[in-house]
Amino acid sequence: MPVPLAPATAPVTGWGRTAPTVARLLRPGTYEEAVAAVRAADARGTIARGLGRAYGDAAQNAGGAVLDMTALDRIHEIDAVGGVITCDAGVSLHRLMEVLLPLGWFVPVTPGTRYVTVGGAIGADIHGKNHHVSGSFSRHVRALELLTGDGETRVVTPQDDPELFWATAGGMGLTGVVLAATIQLQSVGTTLMTVDTERAADLDDLMARMTATDHRYRYSVAWIDLLARGARTGRAVLTRGDHAPLEALPPRARRDPLAFRPRRLPAAPRLLPDGLLGRTTVGLFNELWYRTAPRERRGQLQRLAAFFHPLDGLPEWNRIYGRAGFVQYQFVVGHGQEETLRAVVERLAAHGCPSFLAVLKRFGDGDPGWLSFPMPGWTLALDIPAGLPGLAPLLDELDQQVAAAGGRVYLAKDSRLRPDVLAAMYPRLDDFRSLRARLDPRGAITSDLARRLAL
Amino acid sequence: MKDAFGAPQSLLVLGGSSEIALATARRLVARRTRRVYLAGRPSPALDAAAERLRGLGAEVDTVVFDALDPASHEEVLGKVFAEGDIDAVLLAFGVLGDQAHDEQDPMAAVRVAQTNYTGAVSAALVCGAALQRQGHGSLVVLTSVAGERARRENFIYGSSKAGLDAFTQGLGDALHPCGVHVMAVRPGFVRTRMTAGRPEAPLSTTPEAVAAAIESGLRRRAETVWTPTALRPVMSALRHLPRPLFRLLTTPR
Ligand SMILES: Cc1cc2nc3c(=O)[nH]c(=O)nc-3n(C[C@H](O)[C@H](O)[C@H](O)COP(=O)(O)OP(=O)(O)OC[C@H]3O[C@@H](n4cnc5c(N)ncnc54)[C@H](O)[C@@H]3O)c2cc1C
Ligand SMILES: NC(=O)c1ccc[n+]([C@@H]2O[C@H](COP(=O)([O-])OP(=O)(O)OC[C@H]3O[C@@H](n4cnc5c(N)ncnc54)[C@H](OP(=O)(O)O)[C@@H]3O)[C@@H](O)[C@H]2O)c1
Repeated sequence: MPVPLAPATAPVTGWGRTAPTVARLLRPGTYEEAVAAVRAADARGTIARGLGRAYGDAAQNAGGAVLDMTALDRIHEIDAVGGVITCDAGVSLHRLMEVLLPLGWFVPVTPGTRYVTVGGAIGADIHGKNHHVSGSFSRHVRALELLTGDGETRVVTPQDDPELFWATAGGMGLTGVVLAATIQLQSVGTTLMTVDTERAADLDDLMARMTATDHRYRYSVAWIDLLARGARTGRAVLTRGDHAPLEALPPRARRDPLAFRPRRLPAAPRLLPDGLLGRTTVGLFNELWYRTAPRERRGQLQRLAAFFHPLDGLPEWNRIYGRAGFVQYQFVVGHGQEETLRAVVERLAAHGCPSFLAVLKRFGDGDPGWLSFPMPGWTLALDIPAGLPGLAPLLDELDQQVAAAGGRVYLAKDSRLRPDVLAAMYPRLDDFRSLRARLDPRGAITSDLARRLAL
Repeated sequence: MKDAFGAPQSLLVLGGSSEIALATARRLVARRTRRVYLAGRPSPALDAAAERLRGLGAEVDTVVFDALDPASHEEVLGKVFAEGDIDAVLLAFGVLGDQAHDEQDPMAAVRVAQTNYTGAVSAALVCGAALQRQGHGSLVVLTSVAGERARRENFIYGSSKAGLDAFTQGLGDALHPCGVHVMAVRPGFVRTRMTAGRPEAPLSTTPEAVAAAIESGLRRRAETVWTPTALRPVMSALRHLPRPLFRLLTTPR
């Protein structure tokens, strides 16, 4: 019965390391190989995978093929004057930063890690700390080359084919495989950031500060201590900043203002005990972190990597959650739904979720991506060990509150949403489904996420 | 697909009218399970089980399945898998037999063995292969503590469960690299119609408790589940008792 395994069959999970499934791993080195892989897809289909930083099952495809895109990593063209780059979808944002920063350009949007690919950035239509100013990643994509389920490759722009473009932006890889993209960049004078830090005593204080003054900063994010209760519920440290202009640098740093040499520690060990991150450890950590943050500090100079990607210093940090893995819960609710946000924060605090520093961000206008996550309002993201008792029903309950408030859960982080609440969260879901049925009647492109949520 | 907590969306029960299976299905339907197939010999009990799960919001089909007809398993179960992915299979059929009677009637004893062991071997292989093609899924097999060490009182049943448990461990190792999770569940004395009228053993439990243990095992991707958990140390002690002492303790006087 169990037939000998094809050598390239391997278990695949997302960053949260939950729900592994087995697929054939293919690593196309050329567009032709990618085309051949999609044409050869059987009934179980195929899905593109970047660096696997989506937390759940978006880049998994049980019993089918998973296309590891990271060998497609050529940079085709850089317009150093206009700040436009065309590159393969498997290029990481880390690589783009190494190549572009010396030229005075930066990616238009960066998530909390540089280790995501351009394809993954488009597939999830990622957002960064500058969402209130710059929107999500796809707003800056001028064109993309898309390999669809029929095995054909087409150039898609927001002007010529807005339907396919905005279905692909945030479409979680389900409209096809992005082979290459042309992206408008952000100009920077230095690789340092000027950062203002302030402490907020509670959630109301925090939201008031962000509402009043976020518009003065290009980048803004707050870290909330979810283990704090009572009057301190929602206490937070707010950090906001912008790229430092050359004049702001001390004379020594001015000699090499565009230097980018982020350091990395050795990876976390492979085998770590479960339950390392209990309430006590995490509570202590959060306490320390809140107390050591300055009550208020203005104009601090910080390296770009430290400001945007503090976690990238420790590769494979996801292992610290042990065998059971972890989930990230990220949702957004619109302006005017602050009560829901408060209720959720209180609920999480009451449950005692041992979360390191939840992240709160105030979104600006959304973009037209059909399944794109951001919408104007408040987004909260937190990591929780999957083995925490009572977690599954707790998150189901929060989904209901979020959906009832007209909000939604981020698919790139999701590994447990139930399919029936999805339509309320993503009003263009039916359009997305029928576009997929038209574009790919054979079902050559699919994923575990697509099966779980009937996308 | 199963979610991050191992909760399945679709479930196939072999032995669809089993009380333990029904308690498990109810529990899973309360979480994520929407699609249920109850495979078993047609009976009012099977239909009632289906109706009950429908009442909880699941879409339920019954499938004609007889453990004693292994030649049909490939076709019958193949049809179920052809309709869509099955995230979890619960192999729950089994018969206790009547030890005293069956010792005198070898063909009756053989039927116990054929149901509990041979029938399960064939059904588990068919399901295992289908899960392997999917690249995901759990196969949960109800074995029994009775298989841990054969007792005078029920060694026909016990030996069939011992065989099934050993088979399940091996199948689990075979399917591990294929992404398929195989879990042997070893309940002690569970109060169901199977044990009705029998003197209750120590550490007896309920179908609901077994269901909870199965749900938690799915979440942890456990390979062996004892229920209640206290049975594990108890059985490992019993296992090492010298034969004369074991005989003394377990032979009814
Ligand atoms: C520490 C950390 C911090 C994060 N912070 C943020 C944040 O601040 N904001 C945010 O928005 N996200 C954030 N994320 C999530 C992450 O940005 C997204 O999940 C992103 O999609 C990951 O990219 P990837 O290359 O790893 O893609 P994968 O995880 O491999 O895939 C993600 C999705 O993109 C699709 N995809 C990948 N490549 C292609 C391709 N070539 N063509 C078509 N589809 C493709 C996949 O099919 C899948 O659906 C964070 C993740 C981590 C681990
Ligand atoms: N109860 C306990 O104390 C206990 C302890 C340890 C292990 N177990 C095991 O747990 C499982 C479930 O037991 P239970 O307590 O839920 O008992 P149950 O309610 O009697 O269930 C047994 C099931 O097996 C089915 N079955 C018997 N012969 C079959 C055949 N030839 N083909 C198809 N189905 C057949 C029965 O179906 P019909 O309705 O058609 O007869 C019934 O659905 C069994 O494997 C049992 O051995 C039970």
